[in-house]
Amino acid sequence: MTAIQLKTGAPGARILGFGDYRPRRRVTNDELSQVMDTNDEWIQSRVGIAERRWASDDETLVEMATAAGGKALAASGLAPDEVDMVVLATASLEYPIPGIGPQVAHRLGIPRPGAFDLNAGCAGFCYSLEMASNAVRAGTARNVLVVGAERLSDVTDQTDRATAVIFADGAGAVVVGASDEPGIGPVAWGSDGDQYSAIEMVAGNGGKMIMAGQAVYRWATTKLTAALEEAMAAAGVGPEDIDVFAPHQANLRIIESMHKRLGFPERTVVARDIVTTGNTSAASIPLALSALLESGQAKSGDLALVLGYGAGLTFAGQVLRLP
Amino acid sequence: MSEDIQAGLAEILEEVAGVAPADATPEKSFTEDLDVDSLSMVEIATEVENKFGVAIPDDELANIKTVGDAITYITNNRG
Ligand SMILES: CC(C)(COP(=O)(O)OP(=O)(O)OC[C@H]1O[C@@H](n2cnc3c(N)ncnc32)[C@H](O)[C@@H]1OP(=O)(O)O)[C@@H](O)C(=O)NCCC(=O)NCCS
Repeated sequence: MTAIQLKTGAPGARILGFGDYRPRRRVTNDELSQVMDTNDEWIQSRVGIAERRWASDDETLVEMATAAGGKALAASGLAPDEVDMVVLATASLEYPIPGIGPQVAHRLGIPRPGAFDLNAGCAGFCYSLEMASNAVRAGTARNVLVVGAERLSDVTDQTDRATAVIFADGAGAVVVGASDEPGIGPVAWGSDGDQYSAIEMVAGNGGKMIMAGQAVYRWATTKLTAALEEAMAAAGVGPEDIDVFAPHQANLRIIESMHKRLGFPERTVVARDIVTTGNTSAASIPLALSALLESGQAKSGDLALVLGYGAGLTFAGQVLRLP
Repeated sequence: MSEDIQAGLAEILEEVAGVAPADATPEKSFTEDLDVDSLSMVEIATEVENKFGVAIPDDELANIKTVGDAITYITNNRG
């Protein structure tokens, strides 16, 4: 019997570079107050958002994903033909056939990679990062482009104050490659499928999203602390080692509540990109980390703790070394 | 018994929403008198479960309007 041969992978994987794309149009709370019964004070105190970005017609998912992916490629210093795999995390394709991973790869000049979309709601980026890290370690790919891209304004009823004040558009990306020292820790992930209807697109709502806000809030502030602790324990680090805490930018109150429960040291920088970006689902973590790296609040070599969570319900967290 | 619960609840209210313990008296409405909003109520429910072992599901939480309502709920559901 002939044995099946396997490839040899890398000892570890790490993020080589970040890229982002923020849509041009800023939508303030006052602008929303003109079309629905809401106000700046309520939105700021309950959700922590001052303004968000909504994509214009020409800022399609493919355009935004390509722009963020191109920046990440440039930051990684790699040529397109050194990338063997593209994972496109999104939950906001109005028409899911075809998936857009192959098209984004093609637009970036990446020749014939393994390319696909991944839908794990707002946890999509962290799920994709795990796929990328495993592929590099298994020898499936030398380098992987991971993009989180969303146009949630397309799948949100823009007059429904329960969701329109929260969800937004944008794209963030990373390139993952081989490294001797692991730069992406083991994932702490899971799902709570009994709560599938907590965040849901329903035919009865014109195909737009509905959300059981309080149920999601309760789940996020109670169940997810364990996942954050598990991600740190699996990577062999503790709260005192974390330089940057960048959870999914769902609601500032959830971010602050998690922050309080975990007991980080004073120096830990907390991502609060939601204030000016809104909740961009699978794009929020790479957008938040890009902004912190760009402003100098986060530095190369920092240890970051990330956690994506959302529709499914799904969650996934990791400890990362920033490039 | 109910004094213990009131004191424990007052601690939670101070921790979650910055309410002075002396203000946490049974007749007070969480939203009207103590300025506790709906999301802080969710966190209070979590802390009540941690402290007293009494879970408050979302639909029950919606009926708890005053500190007294919460004390009654905890008293009736404590094992
Ligand atoms: C969505 C969310 C902000 C709603 O907050 P909430 O406190 O649960 O809101 P409720 O629907 O209970 O409404 C509370 C009050 O605010 C009012 N309200 C609701 N939405 C409002 C809005 N957009 N503007 C102004 N007032 C609003 C309600 O009328 C209600 O008023 P009342 O108490 O006088 O009746 C909150 O539940 C949340 O952020 N949950 C987490 C969701 C999340 O993170 N999802 C993303 C996961 S990927």
